[in-house]
Amino acid sequence: MRAIAAATVWADNTPGDYLPLFLLLGLAVLLGATQLIASHVLGKRGVPSPAKDSAYECGIEAETSAHTRFSVKFYLVAVLFILFDVEVVFFFPWAVFFGSGDPAGIFENRQALMQFAFAEMMVFLGILFLGWYWVVKKRALDWEEA
Amino acid sequence: MIWDVLGKLLHAFLVVGLVLPLMAALMVWAERRVSAFMQDRLGPNRVGPAGLLQPIADVLKFIFKEDVIPGHVNRVMYVLAPLMVFVPALIVFSVVPYARGMAIAPLNIGILLVFAVSSLGVYGITIGGWASNSKYSLYGGVRASAQMISYELALSLSVIPIFLVTGSMNLESVVAWQAQNVWLLLPLFPAFIIFLVSSYAETNRLPFDCPEAETELVAGYHTEYSSMKFAIFFMAEYINMITFSALVVTLFFGGYTLPFLELPAGLWGTVLSGCIFAAKVSFFLFLFLWVRWTLPRFRYDQLMDLGWKVMLPACLVLIVCTAGVRAFIWPG
Amino acid sequence: MTAFFWLFAVLAVAAAMLAITRRNGVAAALWVALVFVCIAAQFVLMRAYFLAAVEVLVYAGAIMVLFLFVIMLLNLDEKEAARLEGPRLHAAGVVLAALFLTGLVFTVREAGLFEVPIGSQGSMLPAGETGNVARDLFLEFLLPFEIASFLLLAAIVGAVLITKRRLT
Repeated sequence: MRAIAAATVWADNTPGDYLPLFLLLGLAVLLGATQLIASHVLGKRGVPSPAKDSAYECGIEAETSAHTRFSVKFYLVAVLFILFDVEVVFFFPWAVFFGSGDPAGIFENRQALMQFAFAEMMVFLGILFLGWYWVVKKRALDWEEA
Repeated sequence: MIWDVLGKLLHAFLVVGLVLPLMAALMVWAERRVSAFMQDRLGPNRVGPAGLLQPIADVLKFIFKEDVIPGHVNRVMYVLAPLMVFVPALIVFSVVPYARGMAIAPLNIGILLVFAVSSLGVYGITIGGWASNSKYSLYGGVRASAQMISYELALSLSVIPIFLVTGSMNLESVVAWQAQNVWLLLPLFPAFIIFLVSSYAETNRLPFDCPEAETELVAGYHTEYSSMKFAIFFMAEYINMITFSALVVTLFFGGYTLPFLELPAGLWGTVLSGCIFAAKVSFFLFLFLWVRWTLPRFRYDQLMDLGWKVMLPACLVLIVCTAGVRAFIWPG
Repeated sequence: MTAFFWLFAVLAVAAAMLAITRRNGVAAALWVALVFVCIAAQFVLMRAYFLAAVEVLVYAGAIMVLFLFVIMLLNLDEKEAARLEGPRLHAAGVVLAALFLTGLVFTVREAGLFEVPIGSQGSMLPAGETGNVARDLFLEFLLPFEIASFLLLAAIVGAVLITKRRLT
């Protein structure tokens, strides 16, 4: 693999570069809403009936409300997701730093920067891995458990 | 300034308002034809040549169907949920360079934005399931969100090695790097596998379609949906498939470039690059269908195990290996 | 740019107001998600693109999803919800909010952000691009970064212990 000096330097964005996203947001809402309204206006007029107004349960009438309490496992998944997601967020700037080629000229060479970045991420990742290992050991993620 | 904005709006409208829905419609047709082919049937072949106009007939039918809003639902949320899935699905495509120098929003944080916006898709599915006030819907919605957030971790971690190698999160420069060196598929094959598998889970496609699981949950989170609202959920799923195929191509298969092929300058080269991109994306769309009719569905506990106990540590090991190789053996 | 600032500022405040006045918890959570998106837009205007993406990814895409889970699946009925109201809890809420606001104003003043003219951009957060964030984070603020991993580890252990107790 050859060096990639040219590809790593990319012009900074301006806030204007993000304008398409907001235009797109408006466009997408408009498109979706148009379709919903079109089907509301053009759709066949139906006759209201109790069958239409009841939840589908394969022909048997619903006896209890659908809104029951869920297993705490789902919360655990959501909490663990947040925590790991925060750690993932650190990886992105780290990867950019790792491959940045040291434009400020702080290190002796590219490789020195990479080794430094590697070492600091090893510490971070080691602790993260410890957490993951503990969670697995505790069988907290075993879906069938309890 | 105003022309600039209008130009961007037109670009966004052409790609996201016309081409993407058209591709999604084609994909619906392809899905039905390919399924039929794999099951030794004919599939839809009456409307238009080879049944190509079938999706248009489907859409018209959806629009003219009765717009039922059942009495037991939370009306506002029930109507908003399809939109909350549809809007992020459309926005995500904007950072993908679909031809040389062509992306609706060429951003430096490219891939990070993809994850940020597509993570908002969870809302629509969860809210849709909850607002329907029906057991199948709620179970489907909750399953879907737990599955999507679990695989989002593996998905976002699996692209980190790419940036370790290319040094940029800008998708255009990832493509440029691959054009100069080698398709990232070769050095980062495990990352490709993890990304591909996670993207199947993110789009709720087989073998990870537990949120819909016809045989146990009727239709999952959209059980209570009909007419155009159902169609919008459906369309969002297809657009997500297209976006993820486009991302796989961009990140691992050289995007709009081909090895040993110098793209000619000017308009002709841009068109050619777009065609190359479309051809590659088509293959991965076909793979979605192929997998669907080949593999059975995972059980929910297997799916969660795979995400948390296999994919997640595999990603971490991969990151360590890639960084280690770059830092000590092959600084490039 | 100033026009965009006001657009998203007003939208954020309006969404926050709506969030705290909704009776329906799910609706409130969705309004809060909109607040986060508006704040991300403000970060974009200040050229802090990385922060904007993280704001959406972590706050709107992860933390609010957990909130939504809790609200939807805990499914408090009227009686239980009524038990959680009353003058004492309201007073506690007001005090906490006041404390938080004081802390916020103090921090903003210390950082000298009140002197920055509204809607000005570029000079405010020159470190917003990912590369600059990365350089600061992994060179200057290396120790806080490593300590953060311990915080996260503690949070993981806490979450698992609490839910495990519920399960058994």
